[in-house]
Amino acid sequence: MQLTNRSKQVSNKEMTLAEKMYLPSIAQGLAITIKHFFMKKPTIQYPEVKRYLGPVFRGHHVLKRDEQGRERCTACGLCAVACPAEAISMIAAERKKGEENLYREEKYAAVYEINMLRCIFCGLCEEACPKQAIYLRHDRMVPVFQERDGIVYGKDKLVERMDDRYVRMNSEVKATPTEPSLTKAAT
Amino acid sequence: MEDNKPQLFKVTVDGIEVEVEPGTTILQAARKIGPEVAPPAMCYYQPLKGSGGKCRACLVRVAAGSAKDPRPMPKLVASCITPVQDGMVVENTTNQQVIDARNGIVEFLLINHPLDCPVCDQAGECDLQNFAFDHGKATTRYEEDRRTFEKHDIGPYIQLHMTRCILCYRCVYTADQITNKRVHGVLGRGDAAEIGTYIEKAIDNDFSGNVIDVCPVGALTDKTYRFKNRVWFTKPVDAHRDCPTCSGKVTLWYRGEEVIRVTARKNEWNEVTEFICNTCRFDQKKTSDWVIEGPTKISRSSVISANKYRADTIKPDFGKRLAAATYKPIDDKRDTSQLDIQQLPPERFAKTLPSALDKEP
Repeated sequence: MQLTNRSKQVSNKEMTLAEKMYLPSIAQGLAITIKHFFMKKPTIQYPEVKRYLGPVFRGHHVLKRDEQGRERCTACGLCAVACPAEAISMIAAERKKGEENLYREEKYAAVYEINMLRCIFCGLCEEACPKQAIYLRHDRMVPVFQERDGIVYGKDKLVERMDDRYVRMNSEVKATPTEPSLTKAAT
Repeated sequence: MEDNKPQLFKVTVDGIEVEVEPGTTILQAARKIGPEVAPPAMCYYQPLKGSGGKCRACLVRVAAGSAKDPRPMPKLVASCITPVQDGMVVENTTNQQVIDARNGIVEFLLINHPLDCPVCDQAGECDLQNFAFDHGKATTRYEEDRRTFEKHDIGPYIQLHMTRCILCYRCVYTADQITNKRVHGVLGRGDAAEIGTYIEKAIDNDFSGNVIDVCPVGALTDKTYRFKNRVWFTKPVDAHRDCPTCSGKVTLWYRGEEVIRVTARKNEWNEVTEFICNTCRFDQKKTSDWVIEGPTKISRSSVISANKYRADTIKPDFGKRLAAATYKPIDDKRDTSQLDIQQLPPERFAKTLPSALDKEP
């Protein structure tokens, strides 16, 4: 019975003198080995060198700020309800007078936590967000966990730093009617 | 005895016949049949006398006026205030004209609505949200600035967001009919009409909290619940207590062990029939204050049921409609040469996988 058309017939016939000496075969094998010394390496030195994973890669979460540095998240809970792994939890708070430069809307997330052990990086939170507040960075991975503490990421690790802003280049996000779309200018 | 019995009227709604008493409105007749044919209602509230006829969300087409005069009514009528007549034939969702009219109504209601659902505490149990979800479009054509108002503080318990108001007058009727002295109402006219208190007066009445429950949008919300949690993360539980002023039958909304909100019980039309007093609503927020009856029944299509699965739950209607709208029949004759799987040699697609029990050929 034939499973594939790539099978080879084997034979048991007597070897010739040249074949019995093995030396040509060894040279042939070495030539292949030496050829690989000079070939371009397909591997990269991972922790030092990182590959570009494409524009649709879903990596480290970021809670965006708007162009004036105010947090976009209003703790509406849609990411948490969309999350299939139930990794997201938040506590909302009301913006006080004088905090208008910190938070965009009158409600904000006082606590915003993502359990990174639960997160499956599906990106549904990004899709659900009506304020374009949460994104999964395509250019950064979540570091490998060494121990269990610190795996629940809080706002300190999630909120975008102003000196390390994230811009989604191929932004095709649909904005809600009252929300401007997240173009490069808006970030 | 037979003569004293009122003669029943026969009404047909969407092809389903129902017998109702004279004086019933079309909406009531449709509700008697069931939620599938009941028109949506934004301003009509059965327990409140005189409500209805303002939002036009419940427009239906009357295809035959009555058995005696079977001519259709020339325009769509508001079903919540139109009484039925014998032999009336009503078209609700079966008529495209009605659907189009409702789509227009949603658009009009949303013109000045701020769409701040992510911030609004009503989100998840909002009549306007449900109505817009069923009939609205995802985009807006409105480009002008939305209406804004000066902020009114109407007391320690009730938060007023005038921008969200759709002027249904439900709260005004509630204040008129449930409480003995109303201190708020609709001030101004036309575009400037707003709910407010006359000369900065706080609303303090034993039953004033009920305006929160009757509000179909998030214009009047509970200040003690403000931004506490989203509706769909809380767990509703039916409970009661001995209350000297009201029936004491309420729904408690739990977050974990903590009661974060108390509301009156709503029936399947999202209407409160037994209004509760402010003591029950705002002050009794401990489990020990209440006798728990059991979890509140929540419909599958509600966002409160999101991520909770049970074997006997049925898929919500919008899911079926979405599936029907996006369904594409697959054409077997289409060009499949570009699909990778077809480029494998045909012998890779053995009819059955070989088994170890097979004899060698």
